[in-house]
Amino acid sequence: MNSTGPSQIGTDADAWSRAAQALLSPDEALLAIAETDLDTDRRFAPGAVVLTTSRLLSLALVERRIRLVGEWPLREGMLVLGDHAGVASLDWRCGDALQARWEFRLGLQPAAQTLVDAWLRWREGDHATRSAPCRGCGAPVSVGVSLCEACADDERPPSTLTLLRLWRFARPYRSRLLLGFCLTLAATAATLVPPYLTMPLMDKLLIPYQNGQDLDKRLVSLYMLGLLAAALIGWLLGWARTYVLARVSERIGADLRTATFEHLLNQSVGYFGSKRTGDLMARIGAETERINLFLSLHLLDFATDVLMIGMTAVVLFSINPWLALVTLLPLPVIGYLIHVVRDRLRRGFERADRIWSEVTNVLADTIPGIRVVKAFAQEGREAERFRAANRHNLEVNDRVNKVWSLFAPTITLLTEIGLLVVWAFGIWQVSNDEITVGVLTAFIAYIGRFYTRLDTMSRIVSHTQKAAAGAKRIFDILDHVSNVPEPEHPRPLARIEGRIEFEGVSFRYGNRQVIRRLDLDIRPGEMIGVVGHSGSGKSTLVNLVCRFHDVSEGAIRVDGVDLREFAVADYRRHIGLVLQEPFLFFGTIAENIAYGRPDASRAEIVAAARAANAHEFIMRLPHAYDSLVGERGQSLSGGERQRVSIARALLIDPRILILDEATSSVDSTTEKAIQAALDNLVRGRTTIAIAHRLSTLRRADRLIVLDRGEMVETGTHDELMARHGAYFALHQAQARQAETLLEDGRRSDVVAGAAA
Amino acid sequence: MHWALFHHPAGHWCLEADGVRYERVAVVRAYPISAPDEAVCVLDSDGHELLWIDSLAGLEEDRRERLRSALNSREFTPVIEAILHISSVSTPSRWTVRTDRGITDLLLPGEEALQRVGARSLLVADAAGVHYLVRDITALDRASRKFLERFL
Repeated sequence: MNSTGPSQIGTDADAWSRAAQALLSPDEALLAIAETDLDTDRRFAPGAVVLTTSRLLSLALVERRIRLVGEWPLREGMLVLGDHAGVASLDWRCGDALQARWEFRLGLQPAAQTLVDAWLRWREGDHATRSAPCRGCGAPVSVGVSLCEACADDERPPSTLTLLRLWRFARPYRSRLLLGFCLTLAATAATLVPPYLTMPLMDKLLIPYQNGQDLDKRLVSLYMLGLLAAALIGWLLGWARTYVLARVSERIGADLRTATFEHLLNQSVGYFGSKRTGDLMARIGAETERINLFLSLHLLDFATDVLMIGMTAVVLFSINPWLALVTLLPLPVIGYLIHVVRDRLRRGFERADRIWSEVTNVLADTIPGIRVVKAFAQEGREAERFRAANRHNLEVNDRVNKVWSLFAPTITLLTEIGLLVVWAFGIWQVSNDEITVGVLTAFIAYIGRFYTRLDTMSRIVSHTQKAAAGAKRIFDILDHVSNVPEPEHPRPLARIEGRIEFEGVSFRYGNRQVIRRLDLDIRPGEMIGVVGHSGSGKSTLVNLVCRFHDVSEGAIRVDGVDLREFAVADYRRHIGLVLQEPFLFFGTIAENIAYGRPDASRAEIVAAARAANAHEFIMRLPHAYDSLVGERGQSLSGGERQRVSIARALLIDPRILILDEATSSVDSTTEKAIQAALDNLVRGRTTIAIAHRLSTLRRADRLIVLDRGEMVETGTHDELMARHGAYFALHQAQARQAETLLEDGRRSDVVAGAAA
Repeated sequence: MHWALFHHPAGHWCLEADGVRYERVAVVRAYPISAPDEAVCVLDSDGHELLWIDSLAGLEEDRRERLRSALNSREFTPVIEAILHISSVSTPSRWTVRTDRGITDLLLPGEEALQRVGARSLLVADAAGVHYLVRDITALDRASRKFLERFL
């Protein structure tokens, strides 16, 4: 089961392996096979590279048969694996000349990597074969996880009967649901009594009276009381039923919402990067509400209707089977009609939903970016974008409504025709003395209700489809497995020393290789400064340490243990993170400082703020530590926010500290205040600091220079300066920049002097 | 400027411009989707620009072919001509597609993997990182459009 295997061609790993076995000479053994899926012209064509103990073989599918298309002795040559734009290539080189090149999509790269590893081991003299770790496709997987992400994706069944999956959320309430069902049953039965009573009312009272007999007053009041009692009981039961079931469905909706949000919070940072906020908000807000409404209102009505139809049918058949048969005849026709329209409507509603997210997306894009919109005077363009999204929305809805608008009147028409048939057949039967007038009246009374219910029942189609579409979109979120998986058996983590080792770490984002084969050993308490141009992979590096993403290859070990063996939250508790754009939640300053340790005492909060140089400015605020900050609260300057976030990191007393451009968005005076705070923070902790301004990394024990995902230099400031390499170039560039700034400042001073 | 592009036996491309020889150059398009035959650039191994070509159409045959073949060895964006089958309407969904490079499978990880480029083109990013291009949605056959509609 390869994630990009050429399944439609009908070859599998076994076929390649069998073909390769057949080609081996007696003293030769198979070391590894890697499938390829592109030919030399880069057209899709299955093939395979085979590594044996003496040769490298190239296999291809020619006219549906596996053929050997090339072979090279292993004695001389190099295997090199590379990739670009989603295509990986495996080169076999002798000296400077390219002997052979295989290309394939990245999904097949893990197997190719295994092959290269096998070749490397062969070169070292190790001729043993090794089994593949992922039981799905052979890719290397996280420790403690048995399937790689691509295979886990494949193993998930497609969600078709999505609404049934809501049962997972309904289960806890099943006793109350049963009670609601019984109440529904009873309430429906109660509503069936009045039409039944019209029969004796007609036959025993009204028609005899018309024919000259006296009215039996006692019987009249008995029937009237019966009608009243049925109405009262129906009212009471209906109220109880709606109350019980609406309460349950409200709870199911709330559980669904909470579960979705909780699941969302556990997704990796990468997941949020690839989703749009407006879309996620619409899903959790509007879709759960829609499902909720469906459960509490439409499904309830529908269940009542089905019960009503079933019970009515039984009553009708017990009175007169023939008339009952004629009455129920239009039912299959309507059923068929519903079935035909269902599919078209569901697709339409799904589309309408997606378009709706498009509308909210425009809002979510524009409102936070309003300053940019206004600064560039693009209000007109944004308005047009919104109008276009709305127009799109209208078009899709118009198309759905075209089907929908035909649907409801058709049902009404069928209802009328049904009534007509019943009248005609009924009159004929009455004229033949097969039934009484009372029976016909009862039938008309029954099906009057019955058919109006059919009309509303037909609406359940659209409601169900809407709810199913909503449920699908919710389950899309719930089904998404975090690509930072929790280990099956997490290793307990009480306290850590702070040693961090990178071993052959590579990271790929989409099809871009961001970090390449990085090896680095950070001692406990050491401060590492990371420098490099933007886009060189600095932020990715710290994201990997925080485990916001998982490495694609290699491993990061803390105190000698692979990060992936710890429970994610356990591990992050030991990390303090100070970002370039500190985020404050709505709440008091104290709450924000204590965000990572809500149980911290007031004294501890003040101590942390003091160490972060934040105490004094906080005391100047009108409500000091109880001042509200965040989106709707007191506005703090960038430097002040930064110091609050440093205090936040100090309070959790992390062993590992990460400073991601912590001082780059503030002026140099503020920077000094922050720097002093940071010095307190760094003391005794393993620190990884990213800074654009090299001057802020003076205190670092060691600097590493990244360039396009590779570590090009490492050493102290002085060593690197002496080397006259990449760091030196960066340093010179910044020094020149500083000089120019100084020069400009001097020139403007001169101008100002002249003006005075 | 006088220049020549040629293929090295070691499998990479070289550029000779005004008597200077650059190894391991890369030929890239500035607008691979919206204007594939305009604005082509030759970069050196550090990513610095060596040569800018306004339009491939204005070049003589030989140079154009070499540039195209260099581009082809670097770019990989199969153009979807038809969608033959989809495994499910909810994502992840496995599609069988016919492209200009033959028939193949791709795994669509989520609806956001479909990105509109301009008014009619669509970029499909599969789970393995390959980008597939639909040049003109309206030019697809009816069945393919129906499949696409389930996701757009």
